[in-house]
Amino acid sequence: MPFVSAQTQADSYDVIVVGSGAGGGQSAYTLAMEGAKVLLLEAGRRYSPETETPMFQTPDMAPLAAVGTPDKPFGFYDATVDGGWEVPGEPYTRVGEGPESRFEWWRARMLGGRTNHWGRIALRNGPYDFKPHRRDGLGFDWPIDYVDLAPYYDKVELLIGVYGTNEGLENTPNSAPGCLLPPPAPLVSDRLLAQRAHRLGIPVIPGHRAVLTRALDYRRTPARLHPGNPKAQRILAADMRARSPCLWATPCGRGCSVRANYQSTTVHLPPALASGNLDIRTDAMVYEVTLAQNGRARGVSFVDRKSGAHGHAAARVVVLAASAFETARILLNSRSASFPNGLANSSGKVGRYIMDTVGSTLGGQIPLLESLPPMNEDAADGLQVYVPWWLYREQLAGRLGFARGYHVEYNGGRRMPDFSTMQGLEWLTGGSYGRRFKADARRYYGSFVSFDGRGEMIPNEHSFCEIDPSIKDRFGIPVLRFHWLWSEHELGQAAHMQRTFAGLIEAMDGRTKAPAQTDGVKAISPGGTMIHEVGGAIMGADSKHSVTNRWSQSWDVPNLYITDGAVFASNADKNPTLTIMALAWRACDHILERMRRREL
Amino acid sequence: MDRRTSLQWILAAGAAGALAPAVAGARESAQQQGSSGSVRVQGYGSVNYGTMTRPGYGTDPDLAKSFRPGDIWPLTLTPAQRRLAAVLSDLVIPADAHSPSASAAGIVDFLDEWVSAPYPDCQGDRRTVLEGFAWLDAEGRRRFGRDFADLEPPQQIQMCDEICRFTGARGAQGAAESFFARYRDLTAGGFYSSPLGRTDLGYVGNLPRTQFSGPPAALLEKLGLPEELPSVRDAS
Repeated sequence: MPFVSAQTQADSYDVIVVGSGAGGGQSAYTLAMEGAKVLLLEAGRRYSPETETPMFQTPDMAPLAAVGTPDKPFGFYDATVDGGWEVPGEPYTRVGEGPESRFEWWRARMLGGRTNHWGRIALRNGPYDFKPHRRDGLGFDWPIDYVDLAPYYDKVELLIGVYGTNEGLENTPNSAPGCLLPPPAPLVSDRLLAQRAHRLGIPVIPGHRAVLTRALDYRRTPARLHPGNPKAQRILAADMRARSPCLWATPCGRGCSVRANYQSTTVHLPPALASGNLDIRTDAMVYEVTLAQNGRARGVSFVDRKSGAHGHAAARVVVLAASAFETARILLNSRSASFPNGLANSSGKVGRYIMDTVGSTLGGQIPLLESLPPMNEDAADGLQVYVPWWLYREQLAGRLGFARGYHVEYNGGRRMPDFSTMQGLEWLTGGSYGRRFKADARRYYGSFVSFDGRGEMIPNEHSFCEIDPSIKDRFGIPVLRFHWLWSEHELGQAAHMQRTFAGLIEAMDGRTKAPAQTDGVKAISPGGTMIHEVGGAIMGADSKHSVTNRWSQSWDVPNLYITDGAVFASNADKNPTLTIMALAWRACDHILERMRRREL
Repeated sequence: MDRRTSLQWILAAGAAGALAPAVAGARESAQQQGSSGSVRVQGYGSVNYGTMTRPGYGTDPDLAKSFRPGDIWPLTLTPAQRRLAAVLSDLVIPADAHSPSASAAGIVDFLDEWVSAPYPDCQGDRRTVLEGFAWLDAEGRRRFGRDFADLEPPQQIQMCDEICRFTGARGAQGAAESFFARYRDLTAGGFYSSPLGRTDLGYVGNLPRTQFSGPPAALLEKLGLPEELPSVRDAS
């Protein structure tokens, strides 16, 4: 009985996991596969990618050519349901409205959370990324090193399936042999970028994404991931065999009905359910961790988002993975006599040091790519290649004026035309219409490229969330109020991104519609809009300055763990999802070991 | 709210170019609001653009269903407006050797769905389009004694050519230019996201395959591009 209700939920579990995305999915997987009895609570509805994913639907089948609307911000066919920049009845507030101080919060309320629609970009943090303070005196060091997490990066890559190559570049780690799947062939536009960037000394290498470019090795991998556990090996082998390799078609952001990319609902939850050790309760939004007399966590209280009924669940261990800031909200709302400022908050650091990724975008048009012959360039839906950060030496020497790096994501090719593909062409066509416009459209289709910088944000004292003193959601639960401020490091970095993009476009003999934006305030995207939500309960070496220890275990409450992005002590340019999963696996190994020793 | 103005032409702020399909959403645009009223175009009477208060398709629509314009919210253009929409769409995208015209691809229904939708960006476009239609008819009557759709094709083309030359103009001419640019965008948006438009552009994807081997070697050779990515170690 894996999906449970108020009637069928057990009296007590070994572990409660709150949230079912990358962190919660990985936690439920690791714990259930290794024998713990787990209850997974998800605020949103049950969701089945196998039956609900609109794989080959085209824009003409959707309302308004499938464009984004307030109801479906990333487009009609985006996998996210019941989520977005606003969740009806569940507001948040913010203090800043300026370009440097505005914050926007994306939430998904569905089984699997935002893993259903994410970009599948799966980069490892490197050695510098865990010790940034040691390197340049800014931000915080993590209480772990790259070598502590490397084995878990290997495990996650083997489990979910990640394509890429080992290039041995600075702070861009190699994976262990056999971990990575082969990358997809580069498109024409990818090869042009690589050729021209090479002349500028800028590296272009194959991307890393959680997409199966070939079938997983179900014969060998299960024993590597679950040594000494034949049952887990058997379940995982069967599940890996059931995942199809990529069909080289359809956007990953819709989800994948054949399970060729990673989403929690297609990779973590099915084998965890097959173990018989996992119960899932959907529509259950946790708002408080309850305490036992001995000061340990007793369980969690939640509200059924459909019925409004309140419920409670009990367990030996509570794992929060509700999304970084929702986790902070739960802790801050869990007040008691022993924790008047919120649970696990004796340091006062819950809600502090919230981070996103620095984002900036520039598009260009490349005459060399005009009027190419028809060819199918759907490929693996993006990031065949990317630019890793390459100016470590110059940066450390202080020659750049900002302290941390970025990588460049790149898109081009003859992708499926959508509503915007042939819009706003006046700068190229001079405003043609009629037969000439149709000829222009054929000429320019496939000749557009775009560059998206993704850079490191340094945690600062001005970016934090707290409980709003007056606003409550429709269930009466106090909501978060956000404070945000980009520093000169992020603004300088965004301006540098723009100059890099303009240089690359020029090197490709292309042109931009508008000049590169070299004012950082105008170049940077608002806080939160990269949806790389981390920090708010950072891990650290001592209990005064951090919320959890090196095992993602709260300093104050030993049976309370955090396995989403909240524990990040820094936010490297690398997309956080792979690191969230590696940390979650590591934390759950710690939980399992302590439970075996009856310490939990 | 009944808004009237005697200014020569007020355009809804940000109506042109306000839409992007996957915009990292501005919070304001997430606040659904009805739009209503009428506006007086000096010398041309007033344009009613109505009230759109129906809900959208919600946050959890059926993604597997195939939708037709009118399935979720009613279409609202009048027969005369639809006739003008067809004529103008086909001036923007006429039939040629590669594909039929915009109206043959169902763009009138698409536009009607678009300007009838309750979302703020669509409501901004509704105002732009209906005011532009009124201006075209009034201008057609003033210059040639007929509504725009009843003009001879050379007269229609003459008017469109003039509108396209209003680059950067102010007042009514600037508004006409903005309207035409937005109308071209809406028509192209509907047409090139339709099966006929995709075929016209030479899009040949959205098919399941067992492998992806990259671009043809002959094409790479012609373009002077490498078979292999250049080594990052010997980057200059």
